[in-house]
Amino acid sequence: MDLNFTPAEEAFRAEARAWLEANVPVGLPSGDTAEGFALHVEWEKKLFDARWSVVSWPEEYGGRGASLWEWLIFEEEYYRAGGPQRVTQNGIFLLAPTIFEFGTEEQKARFLPRMAAADDLWCQGWSEPDAGSDLAGIKSRAARDDERGGWVINGQKTWTTRGAFCNWLFGLFRTDPDAARHSGMTYLMVPLETPGVTVRGVERLDGDEGFAEVFFDDVFVPDDLVLGGVNEGWGVAMATTSSERGLTLRSPGRFCAAADRLVDLWKRQAAAGEHPERVESMRDDVAQSWMEAEAYRLATLADVTGLVNGVSQGARSSLTKIFWSELDVNLNETALRLLGPAAELIETSPAAVDGGAWMKGFEFALSGPIYAGTNEIQRNVVAERVLGLPRK
Amino acid sequence: MHFAFTEDQLLFRDTVAEFFANECPPEKVRWSWDDEVGRDASTWAALAEMGVIGLTVPEAFGGMGMNEIDLLPILTEAGRYAYPAPLVETVAVVAPLLAESAPSEIAEKWLPGIADGSVIATVELDGQPFVNDMHIANLLIAQRGDRLFAVPGENVRSTAQVSVDGARRLFSVEWDEADAELIASGEAGVQAANRAFDRGAAATAAMLVGLSEQMIAMTVAYVVDRKQFGVPIGSFQAVKHHLADAELKVSFARPVVWAAAYGLATNSDEVAREVSMAKCFASDAAEVVARKALQTHGAIGYTTEHDLHFWLKRSWALASSWGDALWHRRRVAHILLDN
Repeated sequence: MDLNFTPAEEAFRAEARAWLEANVPVGLPSGDTAEGFALHVEWEKKLFDARWSVVSWPEEYGGRGASLWEWLIFEEEYYRAGGPQRVTQNGIFLLAPTIFEFGTEEQKARFLPRMAAADDLWCQGWSEPDAGSDLAGIKSRAARDDERGGWVINGQKTWTTRGAFCNWLFGLFRTDPDAARHSGMTYLMVPLETPGVTVRGVERLDGDEGFAEVFFDDVFVPDDLVLGGVNEGWGVAMATTSSERGLTLRSPGRFCAAADRLVDLWKRQAAAGEHPERVESMRDDVAQSWMEAEAYRLATLADVTGLVNGVSQGARSSLTKIFWSELDVNLNETALRLLGPAAELIETSPAAVDGGAWMKGFEFALSGPIYAGTNEIQRNVVAERVLGLPRK
Repeated sequence: MHFAFTEDQLLFRDTVAEFFANECPPEKVRWSWDDEVGRDASTWAALAEMGVIGLTVPEAFGGMGMNEIDLLPILTEAGRYAYPAPLVETVAVVAPLLAESAPSEIAEKWLPGIADGSVIATVELDGQPFVNDMHIANLLIAQRGDRLFAVPGENVRSTAQVSVDGARRLFSVEWDEADAELIASGEAGVQAANRAFDRGAAATAAMLVGLSEQMIAMTVAYVVDRKQFGVPIGSFQAVKHHLADAELKVSFARPVVWAAAYGLATNSDEVAREVSMAKCFASDAAEVVARKALQTHGAIGYTTEHDLHFWLKRSWALASSWGDALWHRRRVAHILLDN
């Protein structure tokens, strides 16, 4: 057991820290509005120009060939420096691992560099009006078009994060309606400029237009936009959802930085002396939130040790998803309780503490137990596939 | 970075686990409840023979000279089998304390006996007032203010206390300084006592992980087998979610406990925080797991005829020993907030 990073890894950390401290933008608005999104894309391009946008990818696609450990270090430094949410995350963290695993060489060369450079911006087309947690219930249909060599999509996707601002969508479509539920689906990549695509933004709980509905009316997609095999989309999609549940989307750096900010908030509230009894009564909760973030960091170190030695997390990634999503809610709730009467003030309110970031963070955190498979589904997975309880 | 145990460490652990599986089945735990002494000298001797009792004793005194990273996985196995003898006190606390802080003549007097199994040691600290297994102990390490003493067992006057866990043997103790040897005093005494307390807390946390894992295993076996409404109760979502919550708690306590082992073994600057996190998470996990295990067993778990109560009661006892979750959470709060 050795919990130290190597000198080379520490040098990588120092380089990342120096660049991030000099370049992380201050006070970017939410990336889930049209104006904010454009500013975030500028930041993503700056990251790319300095080769920090996709550190773990091979150099030929715009990365640094960084190890998993270096990736974790980068994430720690990114959030410690106050780096903003990554509006490219659905592409770089969810689609890219799937392209690396299932894509052709042509697809890798075509999509990965433009994704790394934030030239293409990707959204995810999983959920449909009648298929949420029950993803295999999707109905959107892609019919074979032999003449043109491709597929014709009809149907609807929904809850598509940042769908109104992206130019590409990846998702699952039913290509063999007669096949069993988990068969007959194909993973397709769709340019949103294609005729027949209609995108309608949907305002989220926090008031930003971060969601979208995407409608497909006779949308033609050529064969070279199939990822993995035809009718093999379920297996391809599962590779992506395990990334979403596991560590690539939610590295511990983000929660550790938030926990440090919570400790700082407590100290500022204590120093201000306005609500001494409230502040005093919140000590244990602040400590608990900080410890949960630290526990997530330690669990990740153990998981990554396993991964670099060839031990996959498997269904245990569902435990990871439950833990980080619930710790995120707890942490933001703790901050709001600390703020008392100021908790309800949002970013446009002059007296808001920290620019209303804690209510925003709370609203964002509340999505965690819902997306990427609700935590109720994850608990079923834990019970059935980790502990071995009967499905029926 | 390598946050895992070595193959040798896991092999040693597995060997000890196999030993407990054979020598400490539930009938043996039941015997510990019913028997007046409740301790079996031959099991302790066999563990000494395997090197477990002398694990932390320096090689110069006949031990293995190993540290917490080697020891804590073994204590998790002791917890899994609800082994009742004072491993935490003798192996995790007293042996390292004597090796590290005692004058050489005191260390020489006691450590070889610990290593060969002839000396059973226990401990009384400010934060751990009830003394485990004084009735079989040859040596008591005790704190008075900023001083730590070694008291031979025959010089200790003890009053039995009764734990909810009938396999435990707890005592309040009295002794005279004239009958004791000073180990350390002043700043060194406080430091030695704090270090001893941290070692006991981390070791107990490791045991709680094993207790929790075993309660989950017993409950999984029960809900797969038990049928109601014509199906195994483990197929019901409400039951699944109880068990998933239990597994979640122990899964995120485990790495925190291993980090505390590492912190102790490497003299980390943040060892107080690391140990308190470990005991806090392990105590909380065991309490949640115990509740879920009992609820899921239903009425059969509410009897003393079923074995589950041995694990429930050991969990309750150890969760509140060596600082409960509240105490340790407050220590972390103090470290984080008061500087």
